[in-house]
Amino acid sequence: MRKKILELLENNGKLTAKEIAVMLALPVDQVAKEITAMEEEKIILRYHTLINWEKAGAEEVAALIDVKVTPQQDVGFDEIAGRIYRYPEVKSVFLMSGSYDLSVLVQGKSLKEVATFVSQKLATLEHVQSTVTHFILKRYKQDGVIFEDQEADRRQVLQP
Amino acid sequence: MTITCGFEAQRFINPLVKNLPPSGIRRFFDLVASTRGVISLGVGEPDFVTPWHIREACVQSLERGYTMYTSNYGLPELRQAIAGYLAERFGLSYDPQKQVMVTIGASEAVDLALRTVINPGDEVLIPEPCYVSYRPITQLAGGVPVTVPTTMADEFALTAARLEKYITPRTKVLILCFPNNPTGAVLNEAEMQAIAALVKKYNLLVISDEIYAELRYDGPPRSFAALPGMQERTILVSGFSKAFAMTGWRVGYVAAHPDFLAAMVKIHQYTILCAPVMGQMAALEALRHGRQDVQRMVAEYDRRRRLVVSRLREMGLECFEPRGAFYVFPSIKVTGLTSTQFAEELLKEEKVAVVPGPAFGSSGEGFIRCSYATSLAELTEAMNRMERFVARRLAFKHRAVAHA
Repeated sequence: MRKKILELLENNGKLTAKEIAVMLALPVDQVAKEITAMEEEKIILRYHTLINWEKAGAEEVAALIDVKVTPQQDVGFDEIAGRIYRYPEVKSVFLMSGSYDLSVLVQGKSLKEVATFVSQKLATLEHVQSTVTHFILKRYKQDGVIFEDQEADRRQVLQP
Repeated sequence: MTITCGFEAQRFINPLVKNLPPSGIRRFFDLVASTRGVISLGVGEPDFVTPWHIREACVQSLERGYTMYTSNYGLPELRQAIAGYLAERFGLSYDPQKQVMVTIGASEAVDLALRTVINPGDEVLIPEPCYVSYRPITQLAGGVPVTVPTTMADEFALTAARLEKYITPRTKVLILCFPNNPTGAVLNEAEMQAIAALVKKYNLLVISDEIYAELRYDGPPRSFAALPGMQERTILVSGFSKAFAMTGWRVGYVAAHPDFLAAMVKIHQYTILCAPVMGQMAALEALRHGRQDVQRMVAEYDRRRRLVVSRLREMGLECFEPRGAFYVFPSIKVTGLTSTQFAEELLKEEKVAVVPGPAFGSSGEGFIRCSYATSLAELTEAMNRMERFVARRLAFKHRAVAHA
């Protein structure tokens, strides 16, 4: 049941417990209780809104940064990751397999702001060996949502 | 431009065609098309785009040069896959060489079946409300459509007892379509058995339109042909439009006794020749790797179905819970409006398009068809608008009663 509730909420965080209950043929209070429980258990972390900022006219620059680090004894990558993800400019941090260790998504108001953050804060952290910055030029799809209106409803009304 | 040189085009038109009634909802849909900002619940096709891997299979086949005619019966690999699917999903055994043919959608298959078996004057039983084409194509084939009404009290299911009343010595064919468009009704096992017994008793043939078979919410799909003794008496019609969201590809198929197929292919080869190869290549991919897509879409329809039925009932409309397809068919009798009035006024006042029930036969009066093959967000908004509309009509009706 939890999985089904989560699937619905992941696609549409605006759904009410009542609507979910109807759709899954479950009692409303049971659904509401499960949602509250999952919020408390930090399974549901936040009700997210995905915004196309470019369309909204806002200036925003984002970069994905490959970070090579020296893992530390006992804590591995966790401590350095913790230092990185606490910066408010950092939107996500992933531990990666392959040629580098951490992938860090940084967001700022300008190229300069992001570049300054990388060169002055991120690259200078102890245990960070090197960084490679890739600026994001255009978002086509994020969190399963295609940004352009390519999949508009093309159905005709004159169908039987 | 009107040609006015004394030429009487009408004189040349076949009376069968001339006398076909035009679609009763044409004017209504013209109104829909010319109104801006309409949320349409009137569309009879999935809102999903054909899954990407199916589209890609078509593109790849084009790149490899698949642009030729196929056999009249269709691509052998596709017929094989269809036979395999019917065996696995319904327990039916068909020889793909002699008993399966690919058609231009299920619509062509129904037309072929009727034209193959109908002699002038033969009666064709059509449970109603039903898909809009059954009556006219029966008439075009020279048959006489005999409609058998179904009611909300019977959950819009055909009952053998009712059916038997409409059987005459001239009855030859029974058209079945379950899950049903527009009601979403299905036949249960006992009803199917009883109808099968009648079919045998009166030596009838069944054209079973199973285009919505995969879109069932109350259990696995069932085929009428799978009932004991029914396979040879059933011309099974289906296609890829609804389950795989492939309406525009126009790929359907028919599976039947080899004698029926041999006769049907004659009409098909002289008129259509064969279904387009690109659509057939896509259909092959759908059957081979599309099962999960169907499950995903059915799960989504099921959620929307529950929500829409709940909302319709909350606003005071009596509504049978559909068990298949993607339509609900609520009664609007409580508002005191006719189906057409309801649909037109709802469109004008709240910009929501639904189909008036009589479009599916006279027994559809008092009902409207709403398709829930529309995004959840749009459905919710459409239900909000409809709720406002119904509340106004009910308030008006109550005031009128109080003044009387």
